[in-house]
Amino acid sequence: MATGHEHTVKAFDQDISQLRALISQMGGLAEQAIHDAMKALSRGDTALAKEVRKKDKQIDAIEAELEKLIVRVIALRAPMADDLREVIAALKIAAVIERIGDYAKNIAKRVPMIHTEGEDRIEAISILPAMAQLASDMVHDVLDAFSARDAEAAARICERDNALDDFYDSIFRTLVTFMVENPRTVSQVAHLLFVAKNLERIGDHATNVAEMVYFAATGRYLADETATG
Amino acid sequence: MTDAPHKMTARDVSVFYGEKQAVKNVSIDIDMDRVTAFIGPSGCGKSTFLRTLNRMNDTIGNARVEGQITLDGEDIYSSGMDVVQLRARVGMVFQKPNPFPKSIFENVAYGPRIHGLANSKADLEEIVARSLRRAGLWEEVKDRLNDSGTALSGGQQQRLCIARAIAVDPEVILMDEPASALDPIATAKIEELIHELRGRYAIVIVTHNMQQAARVSQRTAFFHLGNLVEYGDTDNIFTAPREERTKDYITGRYG
Repeated sequence: MATGHEHTVKAFDQDISQLRALISQMGGLAEQAIHDAMKALSRGDTALAKEVRKKDKQIDAIEAELEKLIVRVIALRAPMADDLREVIAALKIAAVIERIGDYAKNIAKRVPMIHTEGEDRIEAISILPAMAQLASDMVHDVLDAFSARDAEAAARICERDNALDDFYDSIFRTLVTFMVENPRTVSQVAHLLFVAKNLERIGDHATNVAEMVYFAATGRYLADETATG
Repeated sequence: MTDAPHKMTARDVSVFYGEKQAVKNVSIDIDMDRVTAFIGPSGCGKSTFLRTLNRMNDTIGNARVEGQITLDGEDIYSSGMDVVQLRARVGMVFQKPNPFPKSIFENVAYGPRIHGLANSKADLEEIVARSLRRAGLWEEVKDRLNDSGTALSGGQQQRLCIARAIAVDPEVILMDEPASALDPIATAKIEELIHELRGRYAIVIVTHNMQQAARVSQRTAFFHLGNLVEYGDTDNIFTAPREERTKDYITGRYG
């Protein structure tokens, strides 16, 4: 949707590129946080888990910076049409990425509770990384779609959310079965259930971002499009 | 939008200044109960087109208008049309406030008097007071109606000109950049006034201030190089315009 045309006021273009850069930086950090949290979980690496929790502050800081930038852009440039939609989308996307970062942090927080001293490794952990991969791919691709103003790519990401939901349902059943068979692990596996739920929520958020990207690029609501056709 | 017949219609209207074509085959409908904004870069033909709606272009020697413009279904360029009467029905407010060098009262009373709208002095006073009230100026000038209109501030002068236009009971009011020479507060008063006048008159406003067009109008027409590029609901024009050229203009990418 981004026309190659530049704004007559060059500083406006600089603001917009800075805004895009901050979003993609923030998204990169969130994606990394999911990877690291899952790595820490699989390996029982509590040091890495701690690192993830610490790094979440960077995501929060970028969100604050973005908010300031966007308030300034609205006040100074009075953006219109696709510019306005993009700025508003960026504001909302920043808040969603911050939430995604929180979910990753929450996964990291559970690592020490799942890997307790003297306990055997919980087998069930092995089924989570594939789901995490799917969720973080959605985050990655939706931010690519934002950078490229690609409405079609955004629409395709929404479709993937169903796969993630199916994944969650199946993991839920698996974990419950595991708890029944291994009553000693109930407390740890309950944490794994939350991990799965967090991943499922990350997918929901990525879907929300995709809807915003679609609106920013086209000016139309994805829900309306899919409902009518 | 509405089933009511259009207040004014333009069909294939072109305007030439000598050889130069300033407006190219513009067709548009103007409705009651709503404010229509014309936007576009300088020289796009929006003001020229606005002036065709009450035949102000007649006063420009080499201007020639083609196509058809109707007011309540009647061709305003037909030979039977009384131009003075037309301009009473389709009033105009200009960019620079241009009160007569007369008293505030006389500025407003002049039109009704020459059009014979008042039967008595009391009648005329009533029309003047009502017009000034509608123009949002009454409270500020009621105690000094005999002061010169030119002694008022710019914003007050512009509202006086609006009162003057209203006094002859028009059906359509054309405004050509009515607030561009005013400070932000006087501008806000004019915008509020436009909002209040809506419903009583069909209002057409030409403005370079995009935010103003977005704030005061319900329909927006974007002109470029004499063409009407896009005409639609103001909400859509400023959030999701259909045409690339409209978007480039309103987002400040116009080269």
